[in-house]
Amino acid sequence: MYLPKWLHQFGAPKYFYDLSLCISRWAGIICIICFICGLYGGLVLAPADYQQGDSFRIMYIHVPSAWMSLFVYMVMAIAGGIGLIWRIKLAEIVARSSAPIGASFTFLALVTGSIWGKPMWGTWWVWDARLTSELILLFLYLGYIALQSAFEDRRVAARAGAILALVGIVNIPIIHYSVEWWSTLHQGPTITKLDKPSIHLSMLIPLLFMVFAFKTFYISTLLIRVRSEILEYECNTSWVKQLLGINNGIK
Amino acid sequence: MTPRKKRIAIVCSILAGMAIAAALILTAFEKNLLYFYSPTQIVNGEAPTTRSFRIGGLVMNDSVKRNKDTLDVSFVLTDTINQIEVVYNGILPDLFREGQGIVANGKLQENKIFKADEVLAKHDENYMPPEVAQALEEAGADIPHQQYSTAQ
Amino acid sequence: MALNDFFSMGGYGAYVWSSYGICAVVLLLNVIQPIIRERRTIRELQKRFSLAKENKSDKHS
Repeated sequence: MYLPKWLHQFGAPKYFYDLSLCISRWAGIICIICFICGLYGGLVLAPADYQQGDSFRIMYIHVPSAWMSLFVYMVMAIAGGIGLIWRIKLAEIVARSSAPIGASFTFLALVTGSIWGKPMWGTWWVWDARLTSELILLFLYLGYIALQSAFEDRRVAARAGAILALVGIVNIPIIHYSVEWWSTLHQGPTITKLDKPSIHLSMLIPLLFMVFAFKTFYISTLLIRVRSEILEYECNTSWVKQLLGINNGIK
Repeated sequence: MTPRKKRIAIVCSILAGMAIAAALILTAFEKNLLYFYSPTQIVNGEAPTTRSFRIGGLVMNDSVKRNKDTLDVSFVLTDTINQIEVVYNGILPDLFREGQGIVANGKLQENKIFKADEVLAKHDENYMPPEVAQALEEAGADIPHQQYSTAQ
Repeated sequence: MALNDFFSMGGYGAYVWSSYGICAVVLLLNVIQPIIRERRTIRELQKRFSLAKENKSDKHS
């Protein structure tokens, strides 16, 4: 099985480094714009909910964090798998750099959900399937991060981490479908179900802005992390020396 | 077999193995992962009688009786098929109201009344402004409510 | 007052603002930490290479 040639070029560190400078800047700008629109829409423009009043506004950070916690894990596991099979350094770097961001999103989803649950459900925490499986996701991220620092050799660490990430991928559908498979305290999906989303348009639009803001936030901060790692990996190559302005004089 | 093909095989077998293991565990524990029992399940005697468990359902309209002096409250939980009476002493969550879905943790007494130690509100996945909800109600449309038949 | 209403969030102010606050802190850390790391990496690599260069020119002289 071979990867297409353009993908190999994409995976070439120097090419990716230059590209990422541009992408992370633009993703950052879009992210800030989306955050401003989403926060203004969600906190000011959107009306209070008919049952939950203003407390439903926690949704605007809870839902995007929860979605991103799953999305980032998928990226981490797939990149890890690609790194494992084709030994592409860049895929290993992407997987490793995603872990702290994904762990942050998972943490946010759990904490904001807990703060939301106290006034609405009447409890900070319950051991229902959705909450428990999301907590397991946080432990998977933390296990992955611990594994990365446990090995001296980065490439060995990347392989070990990829296997952990691939094993943990089984948790992702469980988190997603937990509210449908079992009777949980957590309510069912609002937007991702197949028929019409059960949220009023005036409340949905700010949510979509926030979702987009979180996604671009991930892209932008991921690429900054990836660049540092590329520099460390590739520090002996001529393009890095040239980039850092150290080549003058040596020849 | 080239090394790369071998690695692909390893990754695929990890994924397949985990999927099978998860499917087996999930089917085996399906009953235990049930977070709450419905009134119908309790009436049918499926719920435990000796230890405490959770019950989920909608608070029936005009069934909430509060004691003015204490925090004692009693109400009827329904899944639209069967009803169970619940008694509780404590602070109710903000969302507790008639017609609302709730989950209560407690024990079934011998007189078939459920004595709750904890009452949690379960909200549904619908979000709308109050005016829209009111307009829906006036138009006679059903505000969509979550299903309380737990058997799926 | 309208601004007061905004901050009280219909009585849920403590819950809403604490979750937004935690979110802001976590996201900001996620911006600052990688930027600091990138700068540190570049500085360290530059230092390492300039040391290597000095060693090299020492040998030549």
